[in-house]
Amino acid sequence: MNDVKWAPSADIETLKQRAAILASIRMFFAERGVFEVETPCLSQASVTDVHLATFATQFVGPSYAKGLPLYLQTSPEFAMKRLLAAGSGAIYQIGKAFRNEESGRHHNPEFTMLEWYRPGFDEYLLMDEIDALMQCILSCGKATRISYQAAFEKYLSIDPLTIELDALKAVCEQYGYTEIAAQETSVDPLLQLLFCMEIEPQIGQNVPCFVYHFPASQAALAKLNEQDPRVAGRFELYFKGMELANGFNELTNATEQSQRFDEDNLQRQQMALPKVEKDNRFLMALEQGLPNCAGVALGIDRLVMLATGKASIKDVIAFDIERA
Amino acid sequence: MANYSTNEFKGGLKIMIDGEPCTILENEMVKPGKGQAFNRVKIRKLISGKVLEKTFKSGDSVEGADVMETDLAYLYTDGEFWHFMNNDTFEQIAADEKAVGDNVKWLVENDVCTITLWNGNPIAVTPPNFVELEITDTDPGLKGDTAGTGGKPATLTTGAVVRVPLFVQIGEVIKVDTRTGEYVSRVK
Repeated sequence: MNDVKWAPSADIETLKQRAAILASIRMFFAERGVFEVETPCLSQASVTDVHLATFATQFVGPSYAKGLPLYLQTSPEFAMKRLLAAGSGAIYQIGKAFRNEESGRHHNPEFTMLEWYRPGFDEYLLMDEIDALMQCILSCGKATRISYQAAFEKYLSIDPLTIELDALKAVCEQYGYTEIAAQETSVDPLLQLLFCMEIEPQIGQNVPCFVYHFPASQAALAKLNEQDPRVAGRFELYFKGMELANGFNELTNATEQSQRFDEDNLQRQQMALPKVEKDNRFLMALEQGLPNCAGVALGIDRLVMLATGKASIKDVIAFDIERA
Repeated sequence: MANYSTNEFKGGLKIMIDGEPCTILENEMVKPGKGQAFNRVKIRKLISGKVLEKTFKSGDSVEGADVMETDLAYLYTDGEFWHFMNNDTFEQIAADEKAVGDNVKWLVENDVCTITLWNGNPIAVTPPNFVELEITDTDPGLKGDTAGTGGKPATLTTGAVVRVPLFVQIGEVIKVDTRTGEYVSRVK
């Protein structure tokens, strides 16, 4: 019994500050005419993303004597886009997201996500709005912006859009990642390695920093750039060594979206990961017509960590996974 | 030895890196929201004592190291080996110069030391945190009755040299912190 941790992992004062931040966020969106929605945490469909692991369960009850498989959402993205396709207009959500296999100083398998969508916005306009929210919550200076390509050129003197695998492996070896480089067969994981180990600690130290124009191979659910299809309308926000947000100029083309799901599943097969069924409700919504929009997901827990100066995510959530 | 996946990493786990047994000091997961996860691990090499950082792709496995620690009393040295004994079983183990390393200067007969064994062979000897040793040489001319004036060097029976307060003299026994090599107090 003495080993049982009943007390919260965060102190009560921090939880009060957290509540105040949540209230400020809701005020921010109320003033801008963006309305709050709630979508299911439990969904019949999951995500194909090769780097996301979901929790699965099932509903047993009326009409489902044999059980209905359900997945805890890794983000509310698909459901919120279905609302947008149904004509919701600008919406936001503050809710729980769940990711298996993730736990650490900056990760808890269950965490709180702020996600919002702005019809008629492109990624640049949305970055402006995120910047305004950051200044409002963190009382920080205006964010800086750097393209993914420029960040690699500035800090590592390589061009991430043209570099060949062998040359990239050589760079990784130079930074001491010999074993990881030796077994890798594609460019993206090595770019991600160099980005989070060597670039992230150097950007956004004084004011937040947006990194935009991620490579097309890491587009996720973003549109490709019309002028330069080697890059996508995807951006991320970093501040004080933490990844805070990931946003897209949203892909609206159902066929292209379906193809990306197929490509994910092909990659899953190569990585010996289970195939994930495509979310057909989401694809049908895209066919119906998703308005041109930009959207972003922002980690509330990490935002509270920055606002309160806490070093670990468990310091800002009432009960971390060890105490859940 | 079993292999350990990155999910089994935690402080104190003994693994093989570059052919040398190591202990994990810190383990941190690093993962972009949309991207590959990595484990950034701080390790100490158990033979060289070097501390370094190493990054693994999450999900990879590493060979475990057959390392155990045992508490043994120091007996004597024959010049080539330092002999230790288990006070319960009377079993003896001999450690070579490489295993004893700089800690040779803190070895006091009958003191219980921690011996690190890799595949059954001693690779490191850790003395108790505090040892008591007699001063064989220090400058008697430097007098004074206050500590904190910077002190003076004193040589101990084992050859160790520590800074002691001015009032401490030859023939006295002092208590030393072996982790820092600093004087703690006189032993009456």
